[in-house]
Amino acid sequence: MTNMEKYVKAFSEALEVPESDVAGLVYGKSEAWDSVGHMTLVAALEDAFDIMIDMDDIIDLSSFEKGKEILKKYDVEL
Amino acid sequence: MIDLQALPELPPYGMAREEKRAFLARELGELTRFHGESCPEYGRLLAALGAQPGQTDDLASLPFLPVRLFKEFSLKSVPDEVLARTMTSSGTTGQQVSRIYLDRETSALQSKVLSRIMGDFLGKQRLPMVILDSPAVVKNRAMFSARGAGILGFSMFGRDKIYALDENMQLDTEGLKAFLEKHEGEDIFLFGFTFMIWLYFVKELRRTGYRPDLSRGVLVHGGGWKKLADQHISTGAFKQALQETCGLTRVHNYYGMVEQTGSIYVECECGHLHAPVWSDVTIRRPEDFSVADTGEKGLVQVASVLPRSYPGHILLTEDEGRVLGEDDCPCGRKGKYFEILGRIQRAEVRGCSDTYEQRR
Repeated sequence: MTNMEKYVKAFSEALEVPESDVAGLVYGKSEAWDSVGHMTLVAALEDAFDIMIDMDDIIDLSSFEKGKEILKKYDVEL
Repeated sequence: MIDLQALPELPPYGMAREEKRAFLARELGELTRFHGESCPEYGRLLAALGAQPGQTDDLASLPFLPVRLFKEFSLKSVPDEVLARTMTSSGTTGQQVSRIYLDRETSALQSKVLSRIMGDFLGKQRLPMVILDSPAVVKNRAMFSARGAGILGFSMFGRDKIYALDENMQLDTEGLKAFLEKHEGEDIFLFGFTFMIWLYFVKELRRTGYRPDLSRGVLVHGGGWKKLADQHISTGAFKQALQETCGLTRVHNYYGMVEQTGSIYVECECGHLHAPVWSDVTIRRPEDFSVADTGEKGLVQVASVLPRSYPGHILLTEDEGRVLGEDDCPCGRKGKYFEILGRIQRAEVRGCSDTYEQRR
């Protein structure tokens, strides 16, 4: 599985959204991505890429797109 | 007002009295003016009080709202379209609930400030985390209690989380043993609500004789002392019981409320609640609302520079407390330090740990 596929899968499974719908997701704007979903998502991304995300980045993780930028800091190329 | 990017970056406990007074007077004065212009109900209240909002040198002269007004009125300072969520404190049946309207800006500020405050006590690393509660509390997303909201808010500071209690509030001894084995030699972050910890953790350890080694643990707990006070359990007895049953010595209570999420007051190593740079306490005499002296009991007024989407920056609570000092706590943290003595007589009974979050 490519990193991008893992990334999409983490969003889809953590937030319980079909893989086809994850691309435009924004924190707080959808039913699925609330504060419960947020911590589930963080755990899913950490598991998928075997990283530990800093507190500041957890707070900054506000959209599907923003998450890509954040993962770069952890040497995850999507 | 201070730039919103710079605000969470202030040192949490580094600003001394004179500088902090000037900072708060400027920020809170501006917030009073902003909310007066943006929230019609609040604006009418200011007019009725004859208040002249704006920057001031006299912090104590800024108008305060009784916290219960958030139960009776829908107070918001931003258009509905930009609201991200509504926090609700729910009392028992028949009581009215507070409604706190958050936009993304205020919500993000709350998270950032909370992370700065907790970082001061937990360090920068996210520690393995034990939640001294049941996962059932966060199961129902549509409506979860302040317990759930608190657990989620604080989960940010942990990793590899486990819940110490099962769905039926029974201590998961095997799960805890496995977790402690896995994280042997590491610092551990524990979080829970005071009364739940007492009832389902401490008492259970005493009953079963199981003695987990939590000597490397840091416990942060909140939710009020009322129920423990009813059982005549003092803070000292609570801490002693934790030390005896599991070796926990780093124990930090916190004081906070849904109306001012984020800028909470955490108990230091000396047992004092501390106001971080973003918030402040003032004790007022209940008979005339004048400002009480240091050491004098009275009503607790809390101020926070975070609320942007609702006029909750200066609130008079129904709690009784007293200021113990300012800038000179032996722990080294600057700012006022104080203690909470309980709920005032005849106040409507409410628990701040029973809120649920409702998405819009």
